[in-house]
Amino acid sequence: MSRLLKHRELLLVAIIVALVAAFAYRAPGFASPESLANIFNDTSILIILALGQMAVVLTRSIDLSVAANLSFTGMAIAMINAAFPEIPLAILIAAALGIGAMLGAINGLLVWKVNIPPIVVTLGTLTIYRGMAFVLSGGTWVNQNQMTPDFLNAPRLPVLGLPLLSWTAILVVVVMVVLFTRTVFGRALYASGGNPTAALYAGIDVGRTRFFAFVLSGALAGLCGYLWVSRYAVAYVDIAVGFELDTVAACVIGGISTLGGIGTIAGAVLGSLFLGVIKNALPVIDISPFWQMAISGLVIIIAVTFNARQERRKGRMILRDAAKSRARPSELAEGAAA
Amino acid sequence: MKMLAKLAVGTALGLALLSGAASAQTVKIGLVAKSLGNGFFEAANKGAQEAAKELGGVEVIYTGPTSTTAEGQIEVINALIAQRVDAIAISANDPDAVVPALKRAAQRGIKVISWDSAVGKDGRIVHLNPSSNELIGNMCLKLAASHLPDGKGDFAILSATSTSTNQNTWIAEMKKLLPKYPGLNLVTTVYGDDLADKSYREAQGLLKSHPNVKVIVAPTTVGVLAASQVVKDAGKIGQVYVTGLGLPSEMAGAVHSGATKEFAIWNPIDLGYSATQIAYRLVKKETEGKPGSEINAGRMGKIKIGDNGEAAMADPFVYDKKNVDEFAKIF
Repeated sequence: MSRLLKHRELLLVAIIVALVAAFAYRAPGFASPESLANIFNDTSILIILALGQMAVVLTRSIDLSVAANLSFTGMAIAMINAAFPEIPLAILIAAALGIGAMLGAINGLLVWKVNIPPIVVTLGTLTIYRGMAFVLSGGTWVNQNQMTPDFLNAPRLPVLGLPLLSWTAILVVVVMVVLFTRTVFGRALYASGGNPTAALYAGIDVGRTRFFAFVLSGALAGLCGYLWVSRYAVAYVDIAVGFELDTVAACVIGGISTLGGIGTIAGAVLGSLFLGVIKNALPVIDISPFWQMAISGLVIIIAVTFNARQERRKGRMILRDAAKSRARPSELAEGAAA
Repeated sequence: MKMLAKLAVGTALGLALLSGAASAQTVKIGLVAKSLGNGFFEAANKGAQEAAKELGGVEVIYTGPTSTTAEGQIEVINALIAQRVDAIAISANDPDAVVPALKRAAQRGIKVISWDSAVGKDGRIVHLNPSSNELIGNMCLKLAASHLPDGKGDFAILSATSTSTNQNTWIAEMKKLLPKYPGLNLVTTVYGDDLADKSYREAQGLLKSHPNVKVIVAPTTVGVLAASQVVKDAGKIGQVYVTGLGLPSEMAGAVHSGATKEFAIWNPIDLGYSATQIAYRLVKKETEGKPGSEINAGRMGKIKIGDNGEAAMADPFVYDKKNVDEFAKIF
């Protein structure tokens, strides 16, 4: 099994390399180290969010509120910075993590204690959090000249050739690798998604594990709130609209099973990078904007097709059962029509 | 008996109105905002007061609801009717909902115009737009040319979505007016969908794939901000400029970083000023506001009334390092 997983990540690496090569053929300089570093930096936020999403998806849940969480936290942090410029950045970042974790905990509690399906909970909090961002700001923007230079420049500071934003993503990846593979919580994530019943008998509280997965996803979304606002130097209610779907897509492309329990950090990171490469390539390969959306969708479907093939055994059984039960009424309908 | 009573009341009312109008020395103009406490409308009021002072014998009553609702505006209109103003100039929260109230005002001889946000044709004599599509397109080209040496060189447009109506209209106007600017060359149009991250990547892509582009014109605030940030992050300040349409409060940072030298948007002070001027001329019967006619608007020159009684005030106002901070406080 682990050899198979290794194989899949290698496959994704090959696809990404092929993509970069193809794009570089059309847009010379796309594969230059500087350009690749730019792409990685641009994808950093997606990587961080995708890892949070991965923790949730591993437990057979989904967090659709990450982008709304990012928007609310980003707005809150930007407003604090604008109103109290003397507060040091470290405290603001801690506050971003805290606010994000709190919003994640609300999701987690509703899933754990009230027993509402995660997709319903987070679909609701998605609108609530963005609505709260609106209430908080009154619809106004926090602009570049209201934020302090420290606040804006920190993620851009070059350290050993890479901006701090990229290093943040690398740090998060390292922490997550340790957390997912070397801690009780990390193993509980896999266990409670892979087989909740077995996990229960093994003494794992599945609900509690899910709760903490949501808290983790929320905290990372909060951190990204700060990163996003400082990267684009503006905070308004509609930032990162629809970004939650990118995080889910990154996970799916990276081979994180939406049925829970399967997936690696490398997969999520590669899935994010795959999307990042496409997003950064489309503007430079000189293709009509009307074609761009269609192309990016097509490439994603091709990538996911590989992923679906990998899960054939598990997927097929369910599909066959579902197909059987669905086929009967439709056959009847056809018979009636004839 | 009842009829008589009604008649009497009616006559008395009519007389009162007549005498009210006759004895009124000052012209009272009600300036109705979408909502109070909004910097944009406070600025418009500033312009209106300026016009009042200039014209003399004009009292501008600046009012509006506390939230942007049509119901609130209807109450405000009724209150203005009761105060017997001579004219109402309104920026409507709903083009249709306020029409009946405004019609009532018109029946009482009050001259009604709308500005900024239009009222349906039946509800007003004239609508004053801050600018016209043609003027906006022209201004974008003018800004691009002024950022290029001798006004010659390559520029690109960073728009919102490829289906956005106003953006496409402005871009079409720009293309139409392009021959007026010889040497100015539109290389490409890209779409940032009014998303900060996509606009950022598109602008970054522009710098990469079209190194000759020296000016990025973005007629949308998200785009113009994102492009400014790209120019700053790429260390190309002074080599590539960003310009377009944006609010001063949002753009102040980009102007100070040097990514943007100047940009444009309508000036609310001028808008309030012109609305007051037009309302005054209508009250004084200097004009009837018929389509095709021209109205004298003081320092803003003559404003031409177009089809449907819609008028375009002027070129969008240009903001630069000198005045952006002053306006950033307003809107």
